[in-house]
Amino acid sequence: MEDELKKKEIERIRKKREEWEKNCLQPFLEKAGERDYPFETLSGIEVKRVYDPEDIAHIDFVRDIGYPGEFPFTRGVYPTMYRGRLWTMRQFSGFGTAEDTNRRWKMLLKEGQTGLSTAFDFPTLMGLDSDDPLADGEVGKVGVAVDTLKDFEILFDGIPLDKISTSFTINPPAAIILAMYTAIGDMQGVPRDQLRGTIQNDMLKEFHAQNTIVLPPEPSVKIIVDIFEWGIENVPKFNLISISGYHIREAGSTAVQELAFTIADGMAYVEAAMERGIDVDRLAPQLSFFFNAHNNFFEEIAKFRAARRMWAKIMRDEFGAKNPRSWWMKFHVQTAGCTLTAQQPLNNIVRVTIQAMAAVLGGCQSLHTNSFDEAWALPSEEAVRVALRTQQIIAYESGIPDTIDPLAGSYYVEWLTDKMEKLAWKYIEEIRKMGEGSVLQGVLRGIENGFFVKEISNAAAKYQKEVEEGRRIIVGVNKFTIKEKLKIPILKVDPEVQRRQIERLKKVKAERDNEAVKEALEWLRNAAENDENVMPPILEAVKNYATVGEIMGVLKEVYGTYRKPIII
Amino acid sequence: MERPIKVLVAKVGLDGHDRGAKVVARFLRDAGFEVVYTGLHRTPQEVAMAAVQEDVDVVGISIHSGAHKELVPKVIKYIKEFGGNPEEMVILVGGIIPEDDFEELKKAGVDGIFIPGTPIQEIIDFIKKAVAEKRKAVAKK
Repeated sequence: MEDELKKKEIERIRKKREEWEKNCLQPFLEKAGERDYPFETLSGIEVKRVYDPEDIAHIDFVRDIGYPGEFPFTRGVYPTMYRGRLWTMRQFSGFGTAEDTNRRWKMLLKEGQTGLSTAFDFPTLMGLDSDDPLADGEVGKVGVAVDTLKDFEILFDGIPLDKISTSFTINPPAAIILAMYTAIGDMQGVPRDQLRGTIQNDMLKEFHAQNTIVLPPEPSVKIIVDIFEWGIENVPKFNLISISGYHIREAGSTAVQELAFTIADGMAYVEAAMERGIDVDRLAPQLSFFFNAHNNFFEEIAKFRAARRMWAKIMRDEFGAKNPRSWWMKFHVQTAGCTLTAQQPLNNIVRVTIQAMAAVLGGCQSLHTNSFDEAWALPSEEAVRVALRTQQIIAYESGIPDTIDPLAGSYYVEWLTDKMEKLAWKYIEEIRKMGEGSVLQGVLRGIENGFFVKEISNAAAKYQKEVEEGRRIIVGVNKFTIKEKLKIPILKVDPEVQRRQIERLKKVKAERDNEAVKEALEWLRNAAENDENVMPPILEAVKNYATVGEIMGVLKEVYGTYRKPIII
Repeated sequence: MERPIKVLVAKVGLDGHDRGAKVVARFLRDAGFEVVYTGLHRTPQEVAMAAVQEDVDVVGISIHSGAHKELVPKVIKYIKEFGGNPEEMVILVGGIIPEDDFEELKKAGVDGIFIPGTPIQEIIDFIKKAVAEKRKAVAKK
């Protein structure tokens, strides 16, 4: 009966549309035409002139959209969303030494930031000490340099771990950083079950994009599962992974690829954990995600809504999670660094605003807004303040957070959400097929045969071609350009940082109990060789001031290192 | 017939941002250049060695980590040490390079600096012109 009514209604609408096309649209088109610009999203999804109820007739409100806080969570994971609590404003920051970063953090907290997020320098990200020859010239440049627990003591000086949550963008040495954070908590007397924060700890996406790679894929996944196993027992409020699409997108993927590959990676981790015997309902609450917010406003919103719905279905229906809490996809968003232009940098404030609005309309749990000077250097204090203020203006002045998922029911947004989901599933099925039924094996296979890298790099080249040919307009870059002299202040990292950091490292090494370090590293070697969990020995090593380079060194010796095949 | 222009696209340092390097490499190849890409995480020595061994006309160094002032002059120094002549090569740098640093890089021997947003055609034209000039200078000697 209801179906019959719906059919009739759609029939009536279709008739009306045909009438409109004939009598209203056609004559107008003949006279005025339309703009010659690609009417398609950045994923290449063709955008129709106008959407109407027929486009979403196959979508069932209760089944596919529903209410926030309920399966399939299309509208948000919490029943009150931002009416209850605003998203966490978490600016990614760090540079120079631990002292420099501690000062910047305190400035941001004073300005109203509500969580911390740590940028590490490349040597730390790659698991190298500051005195390593490969680290020369890079110490403290794009993030803070961390060699030993001593650096963490300075980094968190005056920052109470029971009140502030901290996110760490770290991958190969994630276990070491989690151990350091735990050690600092122990020193501050904060019970481990009160520690809150996130380690990125997502190696699969490093192989697809980003490229901060030390160990081969399989041992990398093994250590991630070690972290899950240890973290569930020891730091139950900590996000043990942030499954990240952000970098996949920055490497040039489309929104659909970002969505599909991130979810496939997430499935791979859950599969690996369950193979170890970890209860999916115990792990799920400690999983989190990280997405990019790019320029195409509606496509981004649709991506976030589709991601949440897909993950809920996957956790419930594929992995059999029973606790509704396990079906939640919580995610952090960062506005797209790759969209920022060096030309007319103030325009970036506008780009970031649009992207941040998409993140909020998409229902993120935390947000980083990029600073307008980032195509030139690390953010200056002024630039990062504007970026944070952008979030605060959206939060307190725009009214966007006052009602939950206000774009639900929009013919276009619901159609696009559905479309994104369908296209992402197609990729996931292709990956599953590569793994003969296992998404984990499919992802590993896809890394090995260059599938991910090729897909992303083709998308990047296609986009660049469109920009070169002027079919995609970037304001201030290939249209509306001006002759300009750069007028914004640029943050410079003091070249003295490297020397000071190496001095501190030497001092720590001279003062620590070297016998204890040796014993802990031996314990680590044994654990790695015998397929035991590496977290306990890493924590022991960290507490004895073993260096990041020493700990990673043991893992490299046991598991070997990995160099990515060259695919242009 | 004149031999095709040979370009080494190099990533030096620890950053993994290779989208720009790879996109540029593809477009240069499509423009008829012979392109060699080093892959990621190369030391200045490795890049210099590749430039000398491959006998390239152009060395394009992509760098996003802010370490350009330290690493780029080292590449040039090692090219000399390994028996190449960096003055006969066109040395280019691309990536996140603050304008304040342009002068210093040029003094160190860099011929062109390209920041994000540069049309690739501009890079292609620059290379053609610069290589022609360098080849002419070498022929005169």
